Amino acid sequence: MSPRLRSYPAAPPQEPDLALDVPSTLSILEGFVKTEVERTGLHRVVLGLSGGIDSALAAYIAVRALGPSGVVGVLMPYRTSSPSSVKDAEAVVGALGIVAERFEISELVDVFSAKAGNVGPRRLGNVMARVRMLVLYDRSVEHDALVLGTSNKTELLLGYGTIHGDLASALNPLGDLYKTQVRELSKALGVPKAILDKPPSADLWPEQTDERDLGASYDELDRILALLVDARVSPGTVVAKGFRRETVLRVRKQIMRSQFKRRLPLIAKVSTRSIGWDFRYPRDWNS
Amino acid sequence: MQTVRVALAQIAPKLGNLEANLEIHLDAIRLARREKAGVVVFPELSLTGYVLRDQVPEVALNRQAPLLKKLLRAASGIDVVFGFVEDAPGHRFHNAAAYASKGKIVHVHRKVYLPTYGMFEEGRDLAAGDVIRAFDTPRGPAGILICEDAWHPTTAWILVQDGAEILFALSSGPTRGAKPRRGVTSLPVWHELLRTTAQFQTSFVVYVNRVGYEDGLNFGGGSIALDPFGRTVAALPALSAGLTVAELDAEVLRRARAAYPLLRDENLELVHRETARLRQERFLLPDPLPPPRSR
Repeated sequence: MSPRLRSYPAAPPQEPDLALDVPSTLSILEGFVKTEVERTGLHRVVLGLSGGIDSALAAYIAVRALGPSGVVGVLMPYRTSSPSSVKDAEAVVGALGIVAERFEISELVDVFSAKAGNVGPRRLGNVMARVRMLVLYDRSVEHDALVLGTSNKTELLLGYGTIHGDLASALNPLGDLYKTQVRELSKALGVPKAILDKPPSADLWPEQTDERDLGASYDELDRILALLVDARVSPGTVVAKGFRRETVLRVRKQIMRSQFKRRLPLIAKVSTRSIGWDFRYPRDWNS
Repeated sequence: MQTVRVALAQIAPKLGNLEANLEIHLDAIRLARREKAGVVVFPELSLTGYVLRDQVPEVALNRQAPLLKKLLRAASGIDVVFGFVEDAPGHRFHNAAAYASKGKIVHVHRKVYLPTYGMFEEGRDLAAGDVIRAFDTPRGPAGILICEDAWHPTTAWILVQDGAEILFALSSGPTRGAKPRRGVTSLPVWHELLRTTAQFQTSFVVYVNRVGYEDGLNFGGGSIALDPFGRTVAALPALSAGLTVAELDAEVLRRARAAYPLLRDENLELVHRETARLRQERFLLPDPLPPPRSR
């Protein structure tokens, strides 16, 4: 009889890897905000505080980078915004001791949508997002500040945002963090529990939630995205790992369809040196 | 080699700003002198910054450039290894690194392997070097590698075959996030690679990586000096600027090469014969050996 060999398992196959080293990640993000703001000669950022987790985390990171006097939080409720959104945003202001401003967008949005005619909920949502952008860029001049973006990687990849609205910013510390990672960092930084626990929502109409809009939970979406995008795994293999085929294919389609939101507008090339193709300078040119 | 104290200057160069970077170099040289270092090593493209793109021809310097003269004047009483864009004959712009001693450039290495994939675009903007040579310094023979060069094991091998006992590896290595237990993930990867290089080549390896941010890229630091056994002599933390001095002990090199005679046993003739064969097959070259004479 042959001696018995003990069997050892091989390394597990590629799994979605969303784990973060919290201290190092925060240190990179903090350094990013500080360095990229100060190299422009400015010392301040302005950001919209929605009462949600993304803008809360962005504010916490910005305070670590620039101190409370370097962060201006703007609350921009619409008349149908949930009162708890305003309360949660005020909790962030209170916890961080930052400068806060309130700018009601209801009149501007209503005047615009009345003039534009029957806009419907989707267009109304876009109008709100763009009015908020208008307010933030205007306040940024008043405060000698840069507009800090708060879109996370899940939203950016799925195109779940308004171009020239909430997607507009000068710099974005959250753009390479999935929603579940935003949650992890927010928890570590002590973002108020009410914000951590509530279901994410764009709050453009009552009862709206992100996960209803997106048709899947962030946990599932992030794991699919981490495989498709970060690990470069094929959709077929992602499905073979047990994810719903319909969701995987929809995610892939949404990533492709929203590419335009992640790039500058196309320019027709009619010269020897065209912006984007052969006029290629870094954004941090000479700084 | 003789025992030498080497300062690792982990700096954050300003993108495209030669004058500001010269000042950063002069400050670090002063500090290294105070620490009684014989050599101070800066990161890849330390005089220019990394994400240059169309700025490459604008910051490129030939070896007679006045700005280099100012730096070389400071390189007396201490040797300096620094990175710059070289405007080489034919206006080939190279990602280059120089070893300066007693106010003169002793050697220039032009990066051979220009990464052009993923987040890297060097092959678009820069000319590739095609020479890998060791050179003599006042403290002994050395060689220079720039970042991606170190990922090709043949480069360190050639330098050590050519006599190098100290390998300077200059880098602008961007990070790719941080994971639990590993921290900034790119650093342990680099450290393992460099440790293996030190052991395979029984040589000192001095790795200097930059810190700071350019267009959202973040450079990881984690500079380290390793002895020929692969042991850490000195190291700097991730992500923040700093300077440390590593004493590279000539006696340790001798001990390592006695204990692990890898260099002695390396078969240069075999490698040459096999690579000549590979080259002949790959490029369909005529057989370099004359046909055997018939008896």
